[in-house]
Amino acid sequence: MINYSERIPNNVNLSENKTLQRALEHWQPAFLQWWDDMGPDGSTNYDVYLRTAISVDPKGWAHFDHVKMPDYRWGIFLAPQEANKKITFGDHKGEDVWQEVPGEYRSTLRRIIVTQGDTEPASVEQQRHLGLTAPSLYDLRNLFQVNVEEGRHLWAMVYLLHAHFGRDGREEGEALLERRSGDEDNPRILTAFNEKTPDWLSFFMFTFITDRDGKYQLASLAESAFDPLARTCKFMLTEEAHHLFVGESGVARVIQRTCEVMQQLKTDDKEKLRAAGVIDLPTLQKYLNFHFSVTSDLYGNEVSSNAATYYTTGLKGRFEETKIDDDHKLQNNEYQVMDVAGDNIGTRQVAALSALNERLRDDWIADVQAGVDRWNRIPAKFGIDFKFTLPHKGFHRAIGMFADVHVSPDGRLLSEAEWTHQHLNWLPSDEDRLYVHSLMGRCLEPGQFANWIAPPGRGINNQPVNFEYVRFN
Amino acid sequence: MNAPAEHASIARQHLIDPEICIRCNTCEETCPIDAITHDSRNYVVKFEVCNGCLACVPPCPTGAIDSWRNVEQQQPHTLEEQLSWDLLPDTTELDNYEAQTGATGGGSETPAEVQQITDVATAGQGGPSLAPWSASHPYVNLYSPANPVTATVTGNYRLTDEDASSDIHHIVLDFGATPFPVLEGQSIGIIPPGLDERGKPHLLRMYSVASPREGERPHYNNLALTVKRVTEDHEGNPARGVASNYVCDLKKGDKVQVTGPYGASFLMPNHPGASIMMICTGTGSAPMRAMTERRRRRMALKEGGELVLFFGARTPGELPYFGPLQKLPEDFIDINLAFSRVPGEPKKYVQDLIRERADKVFQMLQDENAYIYICGLKTMEAGVLEAFRDICRAKGADWDALRPRLLTTGRFHIETY
Repeated sequence: MINYSERIPNNVNLSENKTLQRALEHWQPAFLQWWDDMGPDGSTNYDVYLRTAISVDPKGWAHFDHVKMPDYRWGIFLAPQEANKKITFGDHKGEDVWQEVPGEYRSTLRRIIVTQGDTEPASVEQQRHLGLTAPSLYDLRNLFQVNVEEGRHLWAMVYLLHAHFGRDGREEGEALLERRSGDEDNPRILTAFNEKTPDWLSFFMFTFITDRDGKYQLASLAESAFDPLARTCKFMLTEEAHHLFVGESGVARVIQRTCEVMQQLKTDDKEKLRAAGVIDLPTLQKYLNFHFSVTSDLYGNEVSSNAATYYTTGLKGRFEETKIDDDHKLQNNEYQVMDVAGDNIGTRQVAALSALNERLRDDWIADVQAGVDRWNRIPAKFGIDFKFTLPHKGFHRAIGMFADVHVSPDGRLLSEAEWTHQHLNWLPSDEDRLYVHSLMGRCLEPGQFANWIAPPGRGINNQPVNFEYVRFN
Repeated sequence: MNAPAEHASIARQHLIDPEICIRCNTCEETCPIDAITHDSRNYVVKFEVCNGCLACVPPCPTGAIDSWRNVEQQQPHTLEEQLSWDLLPDTTELDNYEAQTGATGGGSETPAEVQQITDVATAGQGGPSLAPWSASHPYVNLYSPANPVTATVTGNYRLTDEDASSDIHHIVLDFGATPFPVLEGQSIGIIPPGLDERGKPHLLRMYSVASPREGERPHYNNLALTVKRVTEDHEGNPARGVASNYVCDLKKGDKVQVTGPYGASFLMPNHPGASIMMICTGTGSAPMRAMTERRRRRMALKEGGELVLFFGARTPGELPYFGPLQKLPEDFIDINLAFSRVPGEPKKYVQDLIRERADKVFQMLQDENAYIYICGLKTMEAGVLEAFRDICRAKGADWDALRPRLLTTGRFHIETY
């Protein structure tokens, strides 16, 4: 049960631990100040139709109401504790899960939590100006929902830092509010979270692709032997689903709108479609290529001893660890990774333990592919011969074995000259970005949508599409 | 519409819209009985496992989960069919009928008798009213007369003094594991068992819920009703109310057939700082008790906003919830009680108190954050509206101009009978 009568809503009996409560109550104003400084631009006084968790069971965590975002009940919610829960993988498999951090894993776990925690405020910062160019009230509301939940995810990580890492944890909690996305002197930890989210197409691609990385990272941390981390991530996953929905349906609606206009004008000519104010499908493919490749880097090196250590020590499992049918120790297993050898891209078998980053990336790719397949049903429905495809794993990578080579989307190794000559056919050019940017304008009449995007099939929480999802005061 | 005989075995099948679903796995994770599964293409619901508990519905980010089709009980869409879909199947003729068994998808039509009762009850508003903007989203018509839910009586207490002329009961119903979400101000239907004098099943009767949304006993799936035993008709002639006598005589453990919930406008505002004026007589206090109790349980949040209550009865002994009301702090609720039959004292009605408090009442009529609720006997309604009109006139305002504004902003709600 969530206790809402306290300053910090929680289901962790915060009031029984006065030291922790004081520490978090000290952090709370700093968080609110950060939200004020770096949260959605100019939104303080809006009443937004938000989903708020009022308990962690299915009935309670999807409670809808108009609220002002600074009054959103950010708090600490963990999925319920399971009695007698055992560690399901690694060297400690079969032992009781840990309620406290074992000393030897302290700094590693802290690093994992800080890295995850850092992405949450980072994405809010990346998206803070988008509200000014929202294509509809419905989309504006979805953006704000994503933002407040990223804020809550930050709370979740800071709680773990404060509760289990003492002074170091508190200092890390403060640093999470001090780093800034894209700041030269004090940037966010991961590169993808220092990129700009300059327009709504980027936002939809980001939530579809990059938040899906979040889903896979959280899912593997939800297997952790450190139970408070596992329970925290499990509950965060339920909120993450909405972000994926915003992205997938957002891009789908852009595709839908473009296909409608292609049918009306009976053309696939880029210039004619741009003159009609919609985003041609090849440009959408370029955005997909960009976001897919940049996010792919977030999984790290294909072969990684760190990943192996995280696994054997029980800190981070695999996606759906308990549903996998093997010994969950992986000492004798192998896994296939790609390999660049001379002029060829081949494959080789490596120890499964060292390939866990790659495995998680593969799980993620399969999930992205499923979403892309659903997008492809839209042109097919219109009888338009166009299919979105995911680029090759090695395309446009900055981390891992492909960092030093150039690979085309269909998987050919390219010379420097070929890459220079061709890459703007595959990645958004300045001209493409300027065009997409030129479409961004505010459209805030209830039920009205910008010309470049179709309305959604249904509203949020069964409300009509023309519902007043945001009220300006 | 009732199904013709050849469709007597229509079932409501729970499906997932493959066009909207994003495969986030939340439903499968949430389902308490593993009725949901998936392949690389679609998420699907096992017809023979799903019991329609709706636990998966609120967590779904897309709404894809809230899809329903009527099918012949013996011929549901199989898992193989569902896994192959790109789109939901078209609705069929069967979807025009009331499903007899299986899960309830919600959103079915309001029964005619409920509509009729509601039209009469809200006639005094002077037009349709909207719910307050900050009201929570109500579930309505989850259970129809053809497909009611069975509740268990877990309590039945007499609220009025033994020697009082009215016999009002506080009834607690428990729904076990069946979802029955209600908000303060909503009503439920109760179908008395047996047949009427023409040999037909009894029509349902509607009762306002007297407990807040999280239950009479918080976080148990229960609710409370305030029911007066009807012993005379509106003209004062002896008449035994079938339903009210049935309900007032219920014993702990008895099973009751319940429909609803009903009502999507007589709902309380939820935003901090919202004030509520409640005017009621007798069992019209039920929704007021629900709202008051909701606010009482949230007192510690200090959300602001006033509660003002005008409550009329013949004597203190006939005033339901008189004892607990007296214990509420004055800075939480401003209570104004009117008694019309206290020996040795002049008769006093709620409209008299409203006039005495003209300044306060007028201020609230003007306050965009104040919401006004009237519930009780029709005879009170006219007096209250007349008092509003007089107060406005005395303050140089025009009630007839103000009332439509109150209605369009969801600030004025009447249910009288």
